[in-house]
Amino acid sequence: MTTINESVSNAEAARRAKPDQGSPQIDHEFAGLAPRSWKAPIIFTVLTLAGAVVFCLTVDPGSISKVSVRTGTPGIGDVLWSLPSLITLTVMTVIMVAMTAWAWRQAIVRHHITTWYGVGFGLIFVAAFLVWAVSGEDSALQVTALLSGALFLSVPLIFGAMAGAVCEHVGVINVSIEGQLLGGAFLGAVVGSLTQNAWIGLLAAPVAGALVGCLLALFAVRYWVDHIIVGVVLNVLVTGLTNYLFSTVLTANSDVFSIPFALPVVRIPLLADIPVIGTVLFNQSCLVYIMYAVVILLQIMMFHSRWGLRMRACGEHPRAADTVGIKVNRTRVLNTILGGAIAGLGGAFFTLATGLAFGKEMSAGRGYIALAAMILGGWKPKGALLAALLFGFADNLQNALGVVGIGVPSQFMLMAPYLVTILAVAGIVGTVRAPAQEGTAYKG
Amino acid sequence: MKLELRHITKKFGDFVANDNIDLVVEPGQIHALLGENGAGKSTLMNVLYGLYEADGGQILLDDQPMQFAGPGDAMAAGIGMVHQHFMLVPVFTVAENVVLGHEPVKGPDLIDVSKARDIVKQISDRFGFEVDPNALVEDLPVGIQQRVEIIKALSRQAKILILDEPTAVLTPQETDELMSIMRQLKAAGTSIVFITHKLREVQDVADVITVIRHGRVVGQAAPTASQSELARLMVGRAVDLSVDKTLHQGGPVALSVKDLSLVEPTGRALLEDITFDVHKSEILTIAGVQGNGQTELTEVLIGLRKSTAGSVTLVTQDAAGRAVTTDLTNQSVRTILDSGVGYVPENRSKDGMIAGFSVAENLVIDQITHPPFSRHGSLDTRAISANGARQVEQFDIRTDTAQAGMGTLSGGNQQKVVLARELSRDLTVFIASQPTRGVDVGSIEFIHGQIIAERDAGAAVLIVSTELNEVTALADRIAVMYRGRFVGIVPPDTDRNVLGLMMAGIAADEALDLTRQESYTDQVQSEGVDHD
Repeated sequence: MTTINESVSNAEAARRAKPDQGSPQIDHEFAGLAPRSWKAPIIFTVLTLAGAVVFCLTVDPGSISKVSVRTGTPGIGDVLWSLPSLITLTVMTVIMVAMTAWAWRQAIVRHHITTWYGVGFGLIFVAAFLVWAVSGEDSALQVTALLSGALFLSVPLIFGAMAGAVCEHVGVINVSIEGQLLGGAFLGAVVGSLTQNAWIGLLAAPVAGALVGCLLALFAVRYWVDHIIVGVVLNVLVTGLTNYLFSTVLTANSDVFSIPFALPVVRIPLLADIPVIGTVLFNQSCLVYIMYAVVILLQIMMFHSRWGLRMRACGEHPRAADTVGIKVNRTRVLNTILGGAIAGLGGAFFTLATGLAFGKEMSAGRGYIALAAMILGGWKPKGALLAALLFGFADNLQNALGVVGIGVPSQFMLMAPYLVTILAVAGIVGTVRAPAQEGTAYKG
Repeated sequence: MKLELRHITKKFGDFVANDNIDLVVEPGQIHALLGENGAGKSTLMNVLYGLYEADGGQILLDDQPMQFAGPGDAMAAGIGMVHQHFMLVPVFTVAENVVLGHEPVKGPDLIDVSKARDIVKQISDRFGFEVDPNALVEDLPVGIQQRVEIIKALSRQAKILILDEPTAVLTPQETDELMSIMRQLKAAGTSIVFITHKLREVQDVADVITVIRHGRVVGQAAPTASQSELARLMVGRAVDLSVDKTLHQGGPVALSVKDLSLVEPTGRALLEDITFDVHKSEILTIAGVQGNGQTELTEVLIGLRKSTAGSVTLVTQDAAGRAVTTDLTNQSVRTILDSGVGYVPENRSKDGMIAGFSVAENLVIDQITHPPFSRHGSLDTRAISANGARQVEQFDIRTDTAQAGMGTLSGGNQQKVVLARELSRDLTVFIASQPTRGVDVGSIEFIHGQIIAERDAGAAVLIVSTELNEVTALADRIAVMYRGRFVGIVPPDTDRNVLGLMMAGIAADEALDLTRQESYTDQVQSEGVDHD
């Protein structure tokens, strides 16, 4: 609680110090008359009521929720907590009630609550949900496995979201992330199998994504076709092409084209010894480490480098870029291809990181979820990373709870986190701005 | 640097935008390019800046022939341009905008932010621009944004600076400041090409004036030439620059607006406590710099946006002369139009007409739900054509036929169509936003005449204009808007400087005091000189 309150008051202090942030034209004394926003407190109230009614009332009063945390550090044992379900849930509900009350107060005095406040609330709700879900079960909830699995599953989403961010900032809407992921998965697997080397496969994956990116750039930038239509058509094209090749070539010669090769899982010395976090973050497939590098690199380069400045100028105000001698359409084409390559690299996840052979439509719509993550993350690599992790967590929840073996059908289990996500998008994310000229053709 | 354009010709399809144009700009000279909207001034400068490729002719810098494939080449040769619509990325900082395209870098492609700031600060300090390099451009007023554009050009060592209609978005005071900046730049050796259609500014600052009409150079003049002489050159015939009208006191109140506010969900106030009345047979003009809430006000009045507080009331007289009030607050556009309000939107081509429809169709587009233009749910094309032919005649709309596509008409004639449509109904209140923007001088006279005729016929007229000349020419009273508020309502003979100060947000009486003091000190100083 203290940290949340601190972050709230810090945010408030920052606002006071810079009263005109975002809307310089308001006279400050008048800013108080902003229309009240009831969205957040209403969502909080609904969730809190759901928590109180469903969690506290349906839980068996005498039951125990077992939670296990594997530290992964030599010398420190694993932790197994046996929490009395009802008491734990009651405490969590009380916290949610308090946070909801504060949200109402903020709305009444016409203040907006911060994103982090909403995230904090969401975390407590999810924690309460987990405690409730595993109450009375014999096996414990494996928190460490839940988190490291979530990170692993979010890898294609993160690569996809990075691809989306690069393309949109340069002014091209990339709906073909799905196709780029699938293409990367396919070519990565086939080349890896042919060369009997996962690393060479990993080099091939971005080539497939870049090819899809080339087609997107050709039609969207060169021929001014609507970006979304091109993107969807490309997805269908890649799906059809890979399905065809899978059925004809791959299955017939599976000993040549479909030998699964996996990238090694590497435990990074020292860093992996950090309790819990080390195991989650630094005992992963090599592709995860590449993902770290890509995200950090993009976050820095997009906002602090010459490449980033020029590329964003093309997406925000292409004519301004043109008048200072930047070749707008060339910049757009190159960066669209770069975006495609990044998504293609992410496609390697499905085959080379998991160690599976290529299967039909194995990207299963994650390209679209990546796009949603990019938007939820406010078109920024950092934000997209967090949003993608949220989706990855949702993805992995079913696995973790399936191991515990709870009574609720797994489909419903899967729904809950997505529901939280939707509410988070609707209630917490304010008006994030997309690049001004995304999806428009620059005709010089 | 000496600039010479020889026989520049630029065609768009059959249309000749620039016809064999010759122009010489001497080093350190302010050369004004005077012409109406659409005369071809901007096209010429875009050719010079490498944005368009000329169909014929030559560009020479210091007598060396140049070939510009794009703006990059022009900039490298020392030509800088401040575009009418600023070429600034709103979400970038001032420093980022200035260095875009020639960024100082350190390490692996990273922008050297402190060097970028220094570039801005150095130029800003030299000319006293007072621009904060770290400010986001979208947070800055247009006057400052324009300085950012100038810094941008100077940071690229521009020897020739093209200013394309630089005063269109400025208050009179900001215009004065720009003029003094231009003189400073000139003193520092920069040649300036100053594109404008405003005669006063040309006389104020130019060394040489070249007048362009219909894509041709029609003459050169010295800045000592009289305004009517310049106007005659620009338009091609003698023009009466004054609007002929008598002042009206107005009759009873026809439109009453009380405490009108419009606040965005973010808390930003677009309109704040606006209260005013417009009387029958009166023109109230709203002056102000673009973007101070005028657009929002007209849109709220016509029902396109919903206000968050306040009321709009229409007052009419019944047969017995008793006042009948109608509440128009946040009613639908249909209801508001039907109760006798006419509206000419600010952005004619986007909001006022349908380019793909014919002139005749555009003339009745708000009246096709009922007879005489439709019967039993189908259009009466004969009535529409007849009406079209009549209006074309009556409003002097220059087109071969009323069946011509609206998009084929010139801006002035399009505006006449919009005006004809609105004025053909029986109006209690007539609202027009920027009625003569982008309209040729000949049509301006006609449109002003129609507006005054509508007033004389008894309508309450509300005109929004950013052109101070138009504001004072038409007004019976002038309201000044600043940041969503009414600064004050003043008589039409109010001094330009007072209006200018009010447009910057200074209350009327205070503005009056300030200008009095200024003229007093001027007087004292000039007297002092006299005594010496």
